[in-house]
Amino acid sequence: MKEESMIRGADIVVQSLIAEQAEIIFGYPGGAIMPVYDALYDYHEQIKHVLTRHEQGAIHAAQGYARVSGKVGVCLATSGPGATNLITGLADAQIDSTPLVCITGQVAAHLLGTDAFQETDVVGISMPGTKWNIQVRRVEDIAPAIAKGFYIARSGRPGPVLIDITKNAQVDFGQMNYTPCLGFRSYKVHQPIDPNAIQKAAELIKEAKRPYLLFGQGVVLGKAETELKFFLDKTGIPAASTLLGSGALSEDHPNYVGKLGMHGNYAPNLLTNQCDVLIAVGMRFDDRVTGDLKRYAKQAKVIHLELDAAEINKNVKVEVGVLGDCKESLSMLTEAVEQGSHPEWLGKFRELEQMEKEAVMQHDITPTKVGLTMGEVISQINRYKADDAVLVTDVGQHQMIAWRYFHYKKTRTQITSGGLGTMGFALPAALGAQLHDYSRQVICVVGDGGIQMTIQELGAIMQTKAPVKIVLLNNNYLGMVRQWQQMFFDKRYSFTELDNPDFIKLAEAYGIKAQKVTERNTLTESIEDMLIHDGPYFLEVVVEKEDNVFPMIATGCSVEEVRLS
Amino acid sequence: MKRYTIFVITENFIGILNRITIIFTRRGINIDALTASESSVDGIHRITIEVTTSEEMVVHLVNQIEKIIDVIKAFYHEDSGVVYQEIALYKIPVARLDGSLEKIIRQHHAKIISAEQEFVVLEVAGHKEQTQELLEILKGYGLLEFARSGRVAVAKRMRTIDQYLS
Ligand SMILES: Cc1ncc(C[n+]2csc(CCOP(=O)(O)OP(=O)(O)O)c2C)c(N)n1
Ligand SMILES: [Mg+2]
Repeated sequence: MKEESMIRGADIVVQSLIAEQAEIIFGYPGGAIMPVYDALYDYHEQIKHVLTRHEQGAIHAAQGYARVSGKVGVCLATSGPGATNLITGLADAQIDSTPLVCITGQVAAHLLGTDAFQETDVVGISMPGTKWNIQVRRVEDIAPAIAKGFYIARSGRPGPVLIDITKNAQVDFGQMNYTPCLGFRSYKVHQPIDPNAIQKAAELIKEAKRPYLLFGQGVVLGKAETELKFFLDKTGIPAASTLLGSGALSEDHPNYVGKLGMHGNYAPNLLTNQCDVLIAVGMRFDDRVTGDLKRYAKQAKVIHLELDAAEINKNVKVEVGVLGDCKESLSMLTEAVEQGSHPEWLGKFRELEQMEKEAVMQHDITPTKVGLTMGEVISQINRYKADDAVLVTDVGQHQMIAWRYFHYKKTRTQITSGGLGTMGFALPAALGAQLHDYSRQVICVVGDGGIQMTIQELGAIMQTKAPVKIVLLNNNYLGMVRQWQQMFFDKRYSFTELDNPDFIKLAEAYGIKAQKVTERNTLTESIEDMLIHDGPYFLEVVVEKEDNVFPMIATGCSVEEVRLS
Repeated sequence: MKRYTIFVITENFIGILNRITIIFTRRGINIDALTASESSVDGIHRITIEVTTSEEMVVHLVNQIEKIIDVIKAFYHEDSGVVYQEIALYKIPVARLDGSLEKIIRQHHAKIISAEQEFVVLEVAGHKEQTQELLEILKGYGLLEFARSGRVAVAKRMRTIDQYLS
């Protein structure tokens, strides 16, 4: 029976999103989600919807939005192929701890399990790639599921949530009384920090001659950037960043020594095996960071500040695990440690940095060859970019080079697919990041391979007029794979060379202003033009075809075997 | 490699078992036996999983299981830390019942829980070694069917389910 106060399930979906203060939905319509789309028509003043050109684009855009804003990204898709197109993004958000709520339509409840048109078991398929998921089959369960979904997505270690709503639940009528979720018994978010662990950690740090701190995205997710800075200010301990940690500490900080991992900096990798106390904050010792675990920091006593209990002792055995929010644990630790400085130890980092400058950076930034390098493009961008410019990168050589040379000064300026390494991530993620704030400078650095995985989102950029600055570093190769083929497969370039379209014409077909740079003498000017342009801009830079990214820790090698060439 | 019993106390929601088994699949760990049932508390399920693996691995598994949103608590014990029992049923053709089998039934504390025209069903509760021993013997008596449950177990540690819920 329908009472006066009842509304359709589809309206409950939209009102619930509004109640959660969602401002923007990235999505794509289809049969099983049409009632929600119909409802959206009535709410366009309260909530924005962006039509991407592919569901993968929608979810990456939601990721970009979430990463830059710290809010939950929202994504909408239909059943079957719409839902399966979200899977890559879910897996990406899961491994990179990005808060998302994805809502998919599903066939009507009475058709479930019958192989109905566009029926797919998306709850089953997405189970390993979500923090939580649920199928809602009744209208009265919609609002509670969305409330719980938002709570789970944003609390604790953030992650993606998928809510699959059958069509009957969307069209049935029910009461809307939205109660935000504030917690439930099986999911405890707040762990009080163990003061004993802090004490033990402080003692280790006090005794340390060569302490070394590694920070990851956990600092950003935990909003602990200031606490990290205070800790480093007080202790004088050298600090290095993971790929996703970049931005959590300004690179201008005197203790900042560079980047970790396979293509990170020379000193931070090498000296990992020379420190005596290793303090890891909000990072998970990914194999791209550690190299061969059996030869990773064996000499060091490890202190791990981490929110996720399953990460402590997962890859690296720790001396002290400090479980809990690093915003709290860092400030407790700062209080417990003594003022200090490590000029000699820091000097060692600077010495090795000099070696890297001479052996690698000089070539990358001020090349003597005719061909342009990716490094000089990024270093020119540094000259003109805003301090809080957001860098969104795809996956490959350009990603590593952009990360290596981009000058990070502010938090939440590094958006890239870290854990999953998803080609095609950058263009839609940049769109999402830009839509959070039109006035922010969003620079999307992408390869000629990766851009073609989601190039259709130029359409969404056109339609939204998002002023994204797209920098295509075109080496006519799947460059990172080609580099491995050169180094480890006898230069057998098996299926890595690309015959590319005329990207400029393509961008222009979408009404996006485009320019191509092939010579060094027009590079700087073109970058300046791009950055001052009011609106989206497509800059293709033709770079050296067979350049390599160094330093490098080859697979199976130890961090101390980091190579400069 | 050792035998461990993993206990999972969880909300009774659809798909939870799936989420748990995915964790074993990802790590390539075989589940020796698994029992799921309602607990003494309404709406709370209890899952008992038996695995043979290293302690390091069992810690990883338990940590991952506990991360599942709807799982309330997961923990593990070695065999010495639990009291456990398995139940086995043996279907034997009536034609093979004789004095020697009667003796075996008595020796193994088996019970005849069903006697049909053509067969009888024996039941034994015990540890796997015991039920296995009887299985080997009964194979010589024309055993028609055999089924063994997973382990049901309680931990020796003094904690109640309510303590996990609070
Ligand atoms: C979806 C996906 N497929 C394949 C890969 C493997 N892969 C990693 S880097 C890379 C090459 C990327 O080429 P391009 O986008 O041109 O960037 P470049 O390395 O040349 O800068 C490939 C194929 C991947 N990371 N993601
Ligand atoms: Mg390329």
